[in-house]
Amino acid sequence: MIEFNPNDLRAVLPELVLLGATCAILLVDLFIKPAQRDITHWLSLLALAVTAVFVWNGFPVPGQGTLAFNGMFVHDGIAATLKLFILLTAALTFVYGRNYLGERGLRIGEFYLLVLFATLGMMLLVSAGSLITAYLGLELLALSSYALVALNRDSAVSAEAAIKYFVLGALASGLLLYGMSMVYGATGTLDLARIHASTGSLQHPNLLAIGLVFIVVGVAFKLGAVPFHMWLPDVYHGAPTAVTTFIGSAPKLAAFGMAYRLLEGGLGGLSAQWTLMLALLAVASLAVGNLFAIAQTNLKRMLAYSTISHVGFLLTGFVGATPAGYAAAMFYAISYALTAAVAFGMIALLARRGFEAEEIDDFRGLNQRSPWYAGIMAITMFSLAGVPPLFGFFAKLLVLKSAIDAGFLWLAIVAIVFAIIGLYYYLRVVKVMYFDAPADTESLPLPADRPLRWVISINGLALLALGFLWGPLFDWCNRAFGA
Amino acid sequence: MITLAHFLVLGALLFCIAVAGIFINRKNVIVLLMCIELMLLAVNTNFVAFSRYLGDAAGQVFVFFILTVAAAEAAIGLAILVVLFRNRATIDVTGIDRLKG
Repeated sequence: MIEFNPNDLRAVLPELVLLGATCAILLVDLFIKPAQRDITHWLSLLALAVTAVFVWNGFPVPGQGTLAFNGMFVHDGIAATLKLFILLTAALTFVYGRNYLGERGLRIGEFYLLVLFATLGMMLLVSAGSLITAYLGLELLALSSYALVALNRDSAVSAEAAIKYFVLGALASGLLLYGMSMVYGATGTLDLARIHASTGSLQHPNLLAIGLVFIVVGVAFKLGAVPFHMWLPDVYHGAPTAVTTFIGSAPKLAAFGMAYRLLEGGLGGLSAQWTLMLALLAVASLAVGNLFAIAQTNLKRMLAYSTISHVGFLLTGFVGATPAGYAAAMFYAISYALTAAVAFGMIALLARRGFEAEEIDDFRGLNQRSPWYAGIMAITMFSLAGVPPLFGFFAKLLVLKSAIDAGFLWLAIVAIVFAIIGLYYYLRVVKVMYFDAPADTESLPLPADRPLRWVISINGLALLALGFLWGPLFDWCNRAFGA
Repeated sequence: MITLAHFLVLGALLFCIAVAGIFINRKNVIVLLMCIELMLLAVNTNFVAFSRYLGDAAGQVFVFFILTVAAAEAAIGLAILVVLFRNRATIDVTGIDRLKG
């Protein structure tokens, strides 16, 4: 019998706060003039900050998760950690996008509201304890993202990216749901913990295996793993840079959470089957991502292919199906989200009215114009490439170590080979910034949005600092998984 | 006697028609949206059939959620389609090729 326990509300308090705040901002935004849009901006940041405080205050004891609402909602260290970083990257999106959107007449309330709703969806997704909550969280994220990509209604490219994203995203949801229906039929429950418990004693194990394949395909689609990556470069390229900053960072954390909840939380009993599938997806992603990125001249497309290769690394952490591997993968997801935010934020920083700064050539001679931001961009590129002693290096190292510990030495070797190939296109950006002459001789002014300059500098330096201080963060991830 | 297997085969057929429709369709985007709806309905058939077979109502509850989300999804899909049509004056699938994936 389903019973309502008032204590359950405490577990979902951060989500309730964010939902309430988002609805309040929705109403406030209706009554303010376009010139006062800063109110929405600051209120949105405030909403994220308050939600983060509630997540922090309700941080569960490590290794001891609680279930709320009859197992529909999981409240544990993994979810809370992911939520904190999702809120952080969403806040970074607002700061980085403010000037960019303002110059293009896109600084409308819809941007803030859709990002907030997507954030709510991600928080629900990483806490999913049942197939229903996983699906609803995923769709809240996905539907908001489709609309965000089409934010610039006068851009044919954005509309095209949005329709491609929509069709492929809906296809992925359909595949995922079909898998869920098979899992439900095989186990007789929608509850992930009960699915996990019943995998050993099934009447129809084949039904569950079919469901597993569809769920892996659905998760791979959402992560953007090869061969389900077709939407990623077009969406990153077509969306306004501020939106790309969002789609390229926070949802990767949520996708990690979804993969963990569905594959380990629900179908952990079949890990022998799915680890091999994920290993193959990882190899394909590493190969296609790194090789195709070399050919790109558009920085946003290059970063999209780079995302695909990073998804390969993320999946490498999954192949062991051990808590240590998941902790490494979560560390990787956090590192990627923070690094990608700077990379896209830098494109938004250089862009100005009528100039998108999204071609690699637009970064030519950045060192002469602004040595400081050229340095930040160089740190970001090196971190993405995995050059020591930056944040990205330790993320790669830990993931590879977990794969080797799990007996996937060949996968680690493939990953290293492609990481070295990947170094080429990251270094090309650095070379263009430092050794090429600026495209136009007049010194291009950088926008004077002070919060953007400060935050992107701190974010970039954090990549350097976390390269030295990665230990505590990794311990935190390990504690969340009880490893 | 109609058994669970019949429903599952029906669901699988509908699902395959929908997926084939998405990949084969070269005509227009509206057909893609119809295929997406068909795919979700195939999943609903599965859930209802399993729910009845297992004697468990949770599957039918999930169907309600899927129907609701499908409605929202169709609304957003059509809205994006309107934006696309305003910019391009076409909803031909073959015409959507400015971004090379």
